[in-house]
Amino acid sequence: MWNILRTRAAQGQRTAAFPASAPALPERFRGRLALEPTKCEEGCSRCVAACPTEAIDQEKGLALDLGRCLFCTECVAVCPTDALTSTGDYRLATRSREALILRGESLELTQRLSDEVAKRFGRSLGIRVVSAGGCAGCEAEVNALSNIIFDISRFGVHVVASPRHADALLVTGPVSHAMKGAVEATYRAIPAPKFVIAVGACAISGGPYAESSEVEQGVASTVPVDLFIPGCPPHPFTLIDGILRALGRSVP
Amino acid sequence: MTGASLLKRVVQPMRLGHSLPLDSLEPIAFESFASAVDHALQAGGRLLSLFLRPSVRDEHDLHAILALRAGAEQDAHDSSRTTLSGGEHVFTLGVVSTKVGASFPSLTPRVLAAHLFERELYERHGVVPEGHPWLRPVRKWPSNDGATPWPMYALGGKEVHEVRVGPVHAGVIEPGHFRFQCHGERVFRLEIALGYQHRGLLPAMIGGPRKRTIHRMETVAGDTSVGHAWAYAQVVEALGGVRVSPRAEALRACALELERMANHMGDLGALAGDVGFLPTASALVGLRGDVLNLSAALCGSRLGHGLVRVGGVGFDAHPALAQSMRETSCALRAPAQRANTLLWASPSAMGRFEGTGSVSHEVARQLGFVGPVARASGVDVDARRDFPTETYRTHPVGLWFKHQGDVYARGRMRWREVEASLSFLDEVLAQLPEGELRLAEPELAPDSLAVGIVEGWRGEIVHVGVSDSNRTFASYEIVDPSFHNWMGMEMALRGMEISDFPLCNKSFNLSYAGHDL
Repeated sequence: MWNILRTRAAQGQRTAAFPASAPALPERFRGRLALEPTKCEEGCSRCVAACPTEAIDQEKGLALDLGRCLFCTECVAVCPTDALTSTGDYRLATRSREALILRGESLELTQRLSDEVAKRFGRSLGIRVVSAGGCAGCEAEVNALSNIIFDISRFGVHVVASPRHADALLVTGPVSHAMKGAVEATYRAIPAPKFVIAVGACAISGGPYAESSEVEQGVASTVPVDLFIPGCPPHPFTLIDGILRALGRSVP
Repeated sequence: MTGASLLKRVVQPMRLGHSLPLDSLEPIAFESFASAVDHALQAGGRLLSLFLRPSVRDEHDLHAILALRAGAEQDAHDSSRTTLSGGEHVFTLGVVSTKVGASFPSLTPRVLAAHLFERELYERHGVVPEGHPWLRPVRKWPSNDGATPWPMYALGGKEVHEVRVGPVHAGVIEPGHFRFQCHGERVFRLEIALGYQHRGLLPAMIGGPRKRTIHRMETVAGDTSVGHAWAYAQVVEALGGVRVSPRAEALRACALELERMANHMGDLGALAGDVGFLPTASALVGLRGDVLNLSAALCGSRLGHGLVRVGGVGFDAHPALAQSMRETSCALRAPAQRANTLLWASPSAMGRFEGTGSVSHEVARQLGFVGPVARASGVDVDARRDFPTETYRTHPVGLWFKHQGDVYARGRMRWREVEASLSFLDEVLAQLPEGELRLAEPELAPDSLAVGIVEGWRGEIVHVGVSDSNRTFASYEIVDPSFHNWMGMEMALRGMEISDFPLCNKSFNLSYAGHDL
């Protein structure tokens, strides 16, 4: 017993200071990409060719879809003029699919989803997580939210075991055909009001599996999505930031 | 003919990092093929992959990739520790080939380790292994109302009942469907139906490699990004005839060990959490985060995305980074050790771990289990020693074995491997060899076959690539360690109580995505 208490005391407090201060992320962390289409060289389409998920489009001027992006920065590596750069900004969550498509303006981050969401769930939110054809990368980072470092329960946010206890559905993965029914059933079983969070490139657009005939192109074709959190996978701070913003809580 | 001389005659030897021209794979009579596989396994070898290359005519090529044990069989059954030293156990790699039609006599009655491979090729190619004792699809899922396209195992009788779980589980876990045949709390039998994570990975490889291929390989199983990306890179590099530099190779090995440590620590923490022992659970899950952050310091991604690239690595560890990574990983040892000691010294936790979910040495060996699960049952297998790349040859990792095969043994195994990985990182990061970071991606040699083998944290990962005359993939096979080990979960639960399931599950922690592909 003494030994346990002594060890526990030595372990100390490890919970991140976020949101009191912005998180310290490693130098090589690949966050939001930034676009300056005016810098593009005439006739250059190296980034389009380099992108593994067709996230970059040039038809109506340079546009980058963060919903398809794997944050691999292959495009940044081939860009000769710094029209594309990788920033260390971990804040990525948006309210609409359209907002994830960058054309040079700044990313319009989500605000409170609605007054009702902020009022009812702002201090207590139960999330039911369904993994639907993902690789378990996003699941690992969603799981990390409940550990002592990120400890999302200090904001009143909990991952719950039953859809009946849930206020929101969080889906990872492109939604395999096998999981489509289960995602629908889980959504139906959550009492209203409720909202849906799509986490990761797969859940938003199909990600690296977008062309596969075995999966849907993300969760939006199965249930309506209210919050998009891109990444492959999103960093736990990206997830916390997105969820707290959607609830109308203050974040750095 | 003795087994040894048969093997010598019919098995085409191959080497890791080198490809074999397809026309050197002489098909032999099916009976000799079956005997060769049987003999190879009886002599302590392993079936790494069994796959079919379909042809339009009803004359498909069936290949078995074998790990052949040279010299007398000796197992670590009763030794508690074996540290490898060069040349102690020598395995060689070989392939044996035959032709089959619409059906062939199942190997499974003779070679149990072939059971799931045969089910897979029945599902994928419609070729029937006749006489297979449990011929079912591998990745076709029961529908939402629980109906299956095939009957699942069920017990009859007034006092038995069935417990169905999944595909959606209570926690943040991948989907799968579990059926327990119970009498009260006691589980007679568990059958697991998977396939919910099926993304059609393998057919999409045909005609590749494409620019998205490496990203798909990094997401075969999200917690094994480095392992699968490395196995894939080995295949392409062997087919392209390039050899990565010692520096790139060492950095891959460091990332692989970081991946191993992170997952083992997380699982040990989760095991402690499952028996309500929070001092260890909280600390280890936190330390797991520190390991993931080390991966992020190296390549920007906590899961190692972007590190392994065909021809080398995407990121270098400059001297200051290597030094700081080394210091950080060394600093993890003491707190991790303290948290672990608490767990192993707690009689109440040990009471739950010991004797729970036992898998015997015989079962583990016959069914071909791999990784720490197999080593916890005394099976002497580790690709880092059996098929070492340069860094593992020069810096051999300490291997440990247990013979109990229970949750306790699998847990201890995980901790021993964390310690071994810490020592490995300490040695390798202190003196990273020089060399080019990344060579250009090579063109595949036409009509050839190559194998990639990596000891991921769950066990041996095997990739097999076959190229066509256009220098693209004609077929590609991925064998995640979970493919072998899911059967271990079913075996471990027999005779246990249903409440032992979470503990057994955590001690295996198998990948659904890696199995379902």
